[in-house]
Amino acid sequence: MSSAGKKSKALDAPKGNSKALLSEAFDKDLYDSGDKYSGYNTSIAVRDEDEDMDDVGEINGRRLVAQYTATKDQLNEFAHGDTEEADILMSREEQAQIASRETDYQRRRFDRRLSPSGEEKRSYKEVMKERELEREEARVKRLIEEREAKGNEVLDHVPTLKDGANGTVAVNGDKTPPMDKSTRRKRRWDVTNEEEPTGEETKKEDRRDSTSVEERSKEEVKKERGTKKTKWSDATPAADAAMAATPAPDAPVRSRWDTTAAPTTIAGPSPSPGVVPGPVAPMMSFGTDISSRNAPLSDEMLDMMLPKEGYKILTPPPGYEPLRRPVGIPQLPTGYNGFLLPEEGPSNLMGKQLPTEIPGVGDLQFFKTEDMKYFGKLVDGADENEMTVDELKERKIMRLLLKVKNGTPPMRKTALRQLTDNARQFGPGPLFDQILPLLMERTLEDQERHLLVKVIDRILYKLDDLVRPYVHKILVVIEPLLIDQDYYARVEGREIISNLAKAAGLTHMISTMRPDLDHNDEYVRNTTARAFAVVASALGIPALLPFIRAVCRSKKSWQARHTGVKIVQQIPILMGCAILPHLKDLIECISENLNDEQPKVRMVTALALAALAEASAPYGIESFDNILNPLWTGARRQRGKSLAAFLKAVGYIIPLMDEEFSNYYTGQIMDTLIREFQSPDDEMKKVVLKVISQSAGTAGVTPTFLKDKVLDEFFKHFWVRRMALDKRNYRQVVETTVDLAQKSGVPEIVGRIVKNLKDESEAYRKMTIESIDKIISTLGASGLETRLEELLVDGIITAFQEQTVEDPIIIDGFATVMNALGERARPYMTQIVAIILARLNNRSPSIRQQAADLISRITFTMSKCDDDPHLVLLSQALYEYLGEEYPEVLGSILGALRAIVTVVGLHAMQPPVKDLLPRLTPILRNRHEKVQENTIDLVGRIADRGPEFVHVREWMRICFELLEMLKAHKKGIRRAANNTFGYIAKAIGPQDVLATLLNNLRVQERQSRVCTAVAIGIVAESCAPFTVLPALMNEYRVPELNVQNGVLKALSFMFEYIGEMAKDYVYAVTPLLEDALIDRDQVHRQTAAAVVKHLALGCIGLDCEDAMIHLLNLLWPNLFETSPHVIDRIIEAIEGIRNAVGTPLVMNYIWAGLFHPAKKVRQPYWRLYNDAYVQSADAMIPAYPHFEDEVIRRHELDIFI
Amino acid sequence: MADKLRAQQQLEALQARFVGVGHPDTTKFEWTSNIARDSIASYIGHPPMLQYMSIGLGQPKEKTRIQLIERMIQPVGKPPAKEV
Repeated sequence: MSSAGKKSKALDAPKGNSKALLSEAFDKDLYDSGDKYSGYNTSIAVRDEDEDMDDVGEINGRRLVAQYTATKDQLNEFAHGDTEEADILMSREEQAQIASRETDYQRRRFDRRLSPSGEEKRSYKEVMKERELEREEARVKRLIEEREAKGNEVLDHVPTLKDGANGTVAVNGDKTPPMDKSTRRKRRWDVTNEEEPTGEETKKEDRRDSTSVEERSKEEVKKERGTKKTKWSDATPAADAAMAATPAPDAPVRSRWDTTAAPTTIAGPSPSPGVVPGPVAPMMSFGTDISSRNAPLSDEMLDMMLPKEGYKILTPPPGYEPLRRPVGIPQLPTGYNGFLLPEEGPSNLMGKQLPTEIPGVGDLQFFKTEDMKYFGKLVDGADENEMTVDELKERKIMRLLLKVKNGTPPMRKTALRQLTDNARQFGPGPLFDQILPLLMERTLEDQERHLLVKVIDRILYKLDDLVRPYVHKILVVIEPLLIDQDYYARVEGREIISNLAKAAGLTHMISTMRPDLDHNDEYVRNTTARAFAVVASALGIPALLPFIRAVCRSKKSWQARHTGVKIVQQIPILMGCAILPHLKDLIECISENLNDEQPKVRMVTALALAALAEASAPYGIESFDNILNPLWTGARRQRGKSLAAFLKAVGYIIPLMDEEFSNYYTGQIMDTLIREFQSPDDEMKKVVLKVISQSAGTAGVTPTFLKDKVLDEFFKHFWVRRMALDKRNYRQVVETTVDLAQKSGVPEIVGRIVKNLKDESEAYRKMTIESIDKIISTLGASGLETRLEELLVDGIITAFQEQTVEDPIIIDGFATVMNALGERARPYMTQIVAIILARLNNRSPSIRQQAADLISRITFTMSKCDDDPHLVLLSQALYEYLGEEYPEVLGSILGALRAIVTVVGLHAMQPPVKDLLPRLTPILRNRHEKVQENTIDLVGRIADRGPEFVHVREWMRICFELLEMLKAHKKGIRRAANNTFGYIAKAIGPQDVLATLLNNLRVQERQSRVCTAVAIGIVAESCAPFTVLPALMNEYRVPELNVQNGVLKALSFMFEYIGEMAKDYVYAVTPLLEDALIDRDQVHRQTAAAVVKHLALGCIGLDCEDAMIHLLNLLWPNLFETSPHVIDRIIEAIEGIRNAVGTPLVMNYIWAGLFHPAKKVRQPYWRLYNDAYVQSADAMIPAYPHFEDEVIRRHELDIFI
Repeated sequence: MADKLRAQQQLEALQARFVGVGHPDTTKFEWTSNIARDSIASYIGHPPMLQYMSIGLGQPKEKTRIQLIERMIQPVGKPPAKEV
């Protein structure tokens, strides 16, 4: 900060001391939204963090007051950014609300109000007039503000050609950002002068606008200066003039709305921050509402309290009207919270105050305080018989909406259906009057919004052109969805708007949205532009083109032009390459705006061109021909933010060009680019890096050009330690470096950065390694000469050893380089192995783990270098460390061992496999997933390749351990264990393994039994079925349901695996299946049906039809099972048999029931018929019944030769 | 309820792909029409079958084919009058 700034600050201090006035409300900045956005750059992209805000605290940061405390920055250190902690005080309920995760910009949707219900009667002209008024008003207000801000000082000279946001020149980067005078000081003024006549208005106008009208306002200020004495007196007439034009003088902005907005059904639109129209939202909290205590006692309660006999229930005397107040409506003044004990007992949590059951709705999932505002009517206990049809309709809709919003899924479904089906009867008015205010509710949660949006979507279809009068209202509610963080919300918003456009028609959409195009509020313009883009994609770009063209050339207001160009920018983002046919027209629309007098319009035009070029790549350069020159010359003239935009456009257009053009145009822009290398602005850095990598990718840019012009500067400005500290810059730099390497070659780039591997900054080393990793993995290391190679390996080893935070990036880089070097890595192996061995012995577990990980990555290269002695050395070391206690490390060690076994082979393995495996057996018991996965992999490999190295008894022991593994959560582990059973069974014969497995069928857990069944299937497959089947069938005789089921399941898997081999066993298993299919237990029959299915499919065309028919006869009566799993298996089995014996035979069974008098019978028969028809319709032709009736008889079949 | 709805939707999806599939309330007229059309399509789709029929009818194959295709229009007569 300049010394002048400091001085003025010091002078201010006594005046604006920070002692609180007693008369001043502390929550002023919460409720008086007056200055809320004054310090903000409101043009900030929605989801980006606002970097410009960082310095705001510092502007006022140092106050010379008599209070010593930590600075704001220190206090807030952990409140923002990466270090931010979740606020535990914020209840979960609130976290779920959409509003809680919205940015300030997005929250501005609450500033928009639904148009009054009389909107449909207002003409387009009236709406336009109103907008005009609003703009004028804002202008005047801005003017007043500026006067206030500047006070009576002599006006500073303000450069007229300012770019970017709110006048801070920070974007330019070469100047210190000047203090924003209008922010803090002014507020203090306003606070102390509350009797000030104009009153503080909600001020939502765009700060960016201030630059635009600066000149105008200055002139007027000067003009007025002559006549006015104080700023107060001159402010009033200006405001008065504005007020006189509006109907209601006390609240100028809201005037019209307040007068016409009849509070709709219950509360009307959700109350906007300042003025609350209609009833005030009940501010209730748990326990404060005493109305339920005063509610009439229910009959059940009376029954409980009074004796059953001796009492009589009297009918109330005629004419008696009980005075009933609705339950749940608070009786105390709003805002009264009473005393709350801060405890959450279950009684409090139950929330007796809020009904969970609404008459006529049933049990809801939840009911919130806010819901009372909208659905309170339902509990007022009024008599429905006395209501008019409209009132009844309203209540009906209310009930359905409540069911949709708060109900259980089945309730929701039926309610939604009813709403949809009756949409036209209800009419658009009553429907939208209730739905839209709900959507504007502040406490809305994602789920609720989704459901309500769904309702709108459905009823839009039904209402069709009836929605027309409500288009604007719907847009106000739906447009904010277009800039939601949630992708699905955006998609939903798009869908609604495109349906709306289709229903209402183009002309109506245009006339409704036109007034918003040059709306005073930037937020409105932004969302409107996005909505227009959606309309364009729904109704086709050509239909909208004339309108867009007109808007982009609007003479009246630059806001309209800005929005018009923004529409063109949004269209390609939305539609992608579908814009190609209209590319020329779209560019034509905006080409003139590139030289607009408004910097913001120029900027958005450049951004639009960038979006168009990005969407149309790699085609369409001819459409850009006209704007190339203005763009390039313009780029030389711009500064700051708009230069960034221009460069972005340049970057996206260059890749479209052919060779010579891209060469020429890159040369033209390169000077500017290189100049901007030194810009301190992050945004600019990002753009410059992007453009560099884009232009490096084109054919026209030669390696020599890069080397001569770009590389030196690039490395000078971007390969600095500072860049490695910021995540985003880091990524960009790495990407660009890789792109440059693609063009200029590996040695050129690696040679320049290799020295950074020994830098003292760890982040910088990491950035270097990541770049090298990416470059070498795509381009290989063949270009590296010996010296560079040495430097590289040396550097990487240093970086590896020096790391303090273990990061996978370093290992990746290490492995990539070693693998790329291949045999050339031999000289370094000794050193590397020594380092690894040392690190394996380290005290820190993560270092040990990393060393082991590195081994598994480079074993392949080591074997390529014929470095077996070293491998053996490593494996012996690893073997020593099998006693490792950290599971993560143990997992990595096992992984490394496996990698060594893979390259060395089992025979050459040292220590020999017969020593290694017994060490692994106890490790199998480890429950850690990584350990399990790696051991089972290693054991499986040994069992597969070299079972003979190990004694049979050891394998049996492993079998027992493997059974435990079948309980693992991870599917991969269970599968590996099952396969290992197969290998072991093959190695030592199935008998022992099978006995173990069959015993395991008796255990309790289902998952274990299922896996055992699978394992038996696998064993049967690998050792031939006849070795397994006798024992298996014998096991079926155990009179225990689980075992029998397990046997059936094992059979099912077995037949699935062995396929055609099944034909030899059909007659053997048929008696068993007979028994299973007529069992009482339906799961039994279900599993048997699964066996039949696989059996039947296995022996198609293999002459087992008799057995199949026999099984079919047993299956058929199960057709009427209702449990979905059972019936599905049965039907599948019948289908399997149909394939085995041929369709006609099975059709004979089906004909019997197709037209049975009972529908319950017809149903499953038709299901079978349909399945047969879908799978083998042609085979059914000969099987169709023979009709005697002349008309339907198939005479062709009577032809004989 | 939900199950029934799903079954209904599945059937509709199936019917969109395969005209001939039926449901418990298929009428005789619909079913026999489908049978007739499927049969004719099958005769035409198997050239040896078509050849056989043509020889039996003593006319060229093409003529039989045309005749068969023509027969696909209301193969089992007019649809039954709708009850009001």
